[in-house]
Amino acid sequence: MVSIQNLIKISDYEWEIPPTLRGDMRVPVRLFATRELLEQIADDKSLEQAVNTATLPGLVGQVVVMPDMHQGYGFPIGGVAASLFPQGVVSPGGIGYDINCGVRLLASALEAEAAAPHLNRLATLINQYCPSGVGREGVVRVGLPELERVMREGARWALKHGFAGEQDLARTEEGGCIEGANPDKVSPRAKQRGREQIGSVGAGNHFVEVDVVEAVFDSETAAVFGLRQGCLAVQIHCGSRGLGHQVCTDYVQEFQGAVRRYGIELPDRELVCAPMDSPEGQAYLGAMRAAANFAFANRQILAHSIRRAFEETFAGKEKGWQLTQVYDICHNIGKIETHEVNGERLRVCVHRKGATRAFGPGHPALPPEYRSTGQPVLVPGSMGTASWVLAGTEASMLRSFGSSCHGAGRTMSRAKAKHDVRGEDLRRELENRGIRIRAGSMAGLAEEAPQAYKDVDLVVETVCAAGIARKVARLRPLAVIKG
Amino acid sequence: MPFEEIAHTADWSLRVWAGNLETLFAEAGRGLYALAGARPAEGRRSRRRFEAAAPDPEALLVAFLSELVYALEQEGTIYENFQIEIEANRLRVEMDGAPLEAVNKIIKAVTYHNLQIRCSERGCEVEIVFDV
Repeated sequence: MVSIQNLIKISDYEWEIPPTLRGDMRVPVRLFATRELLEQIADDKSLEQAVNTATLPGLVGQVVVMPDMHQGYGFPIGGVAASLFPQGVVSPGGIGYDINCGVRLLASALEAEAAAPHLNRLATLINQYCPSGVGREGVVRVGLPELERVMREGARWALKHGFAGEQDLARTEEGGCIEGANPDKVSPRAKQRGREQIGSVGAGNHFVEVDVVEAVFDSETAAVFGLRQGCLAVQIHCGSRGLGHQVCTDYVQEFQGAVRRYGIELPDRELVCAPMDSPEGQAYLGAMRAAANFAFANRQILAHSIRRAFEETFAGKEKGWQLTQVYDICHNIGKIETHEVNGERLRVCVHRKGATRAFGPGHPALPPEYRSTGQPVLVPGSMGTASWVLAGTEASMLRSFGSSCHGAGRTMSRAKAKHDVRGEDLRRELENRGIRIRAGSMAGLAEEAPQAYKDVDLVVETVCAAGIARKVARLRPLAVIKG
Repeated sequence: MPFEEIAHTADWSLRVWAGNLETLFAEAGRGLYALAGARPAEGRRSRRRFEAAAPDPEALLVAFLSELVYALEQEGTIYENFQIEIEANRLRVEMDGAPLEAVNKIIKAVTYHNLQIRCSERGCEVEIVFDV
């Protein structure tokens, strides 16, 4: 059992687990957290999972863990690990079942005060146009050949079919399409699951949320991002749905044999992996990218559906309701990137499991308008609390493989949340606070109660104090639509 | 019930116990449905067979439960009356498929996280983490 006593304090916001802690660790673990946040996860297995992650072959630098860390499976949620390309490994479980789960933020120039009389209708329309809940079908159904095009082209497919604008793609990580997708490596079963789910939110912690920009901390950057204090914004949180779940299921199963073939010993079978330059590694990378592109297309179609709801609600009644994209980020992904590690520039596969890319100013992957500001980092809070828009920094490039936190992070088990919170009571409480709720399942609502999460403000304070992101704006929820 | 939900911060974890390996698999299937709040509807049942081969019982268990997750989401089918044979790392299941009346929660996947089936003369036990 790894405990806080095993950590070396670097600063009030940074801690290290040395590789000498356990004989099978290949690199140290660097945690961005306050003591208070560490104490909140002391009872779960996050630290042990971080140490387990540090045993993967071919890792470079250190395993990085964000302050929203909590127990996952294999990797801790909030974990970042980089393996040397191409001989290092890729771990499907280290990217997760919801491949390219991520967040998209849209912004408007419509003042929340002016929108207020229409918000009930807006929430109802979004709920109608963005199917959510268990197994709900999406708004677009495609045959297999078309699905393969979605998997190859991602958000570009949506652009071709009138669901996107050029600016949406420019303001999406990887332009909404990761090169190297190989639908041939996606199983028929995964394709079957994806065919009917494009343009759907799913269940669990996924949602669409209408927010007001409550506070701006850097007016210049906020203006570049298109965020105006007092105006409406919309967050979309979802991923690759059943298609991604099946891709990961298939490859975690297949890699059980690969680790034996490559003589890889691991402390947890969920961490199974294969060298990226092996046939198994290549197959997974092709399938994972195909699922990631599916997710980009999914969030793009949802953005289109939300724009439709805005138009039907506000056109002819209010001004400034048009939604422009701030950014779209992945927080469960494996990406081949170049990073400086111990003074050397290396090509690595960065696994981000519940962590957001946070590239700093000047990075060539950013659209021209964001080169001076750094990448928008989208940090949704728990339903009923604030969400944050941050910007990536130069320090994040040097200290966290260009990554930052991805949310508040759970602190209470789902079982306890269901026991302690009644969904109907929570809905009433949130509605009394002016937050409209459209939820398919009261039990699901209870599991996602704000009290089940850490204080998102403390998480954000931590990454900002550590220097791996900086504050731009805070959002407050006005309507939450979830399954 | 020979299964119980145990605390897990982000996902769901289920402890299952039974007198032998075959019954453990069946109870794990029933436990999965209980966690998801899945209930069968009235109507016609159809018997089907599921087979898998894997290097160890844990991999067979993941394959079996993953099949149930797929059928639940994709086909709207819930299975009952499991007849299970496990022999030399091969699994054969016969089960009745029923239309789904309701399901409360989606299970994304069955994980291998710390998955270890422990069998003794007193029976078998396992803890399974589901991604939700």
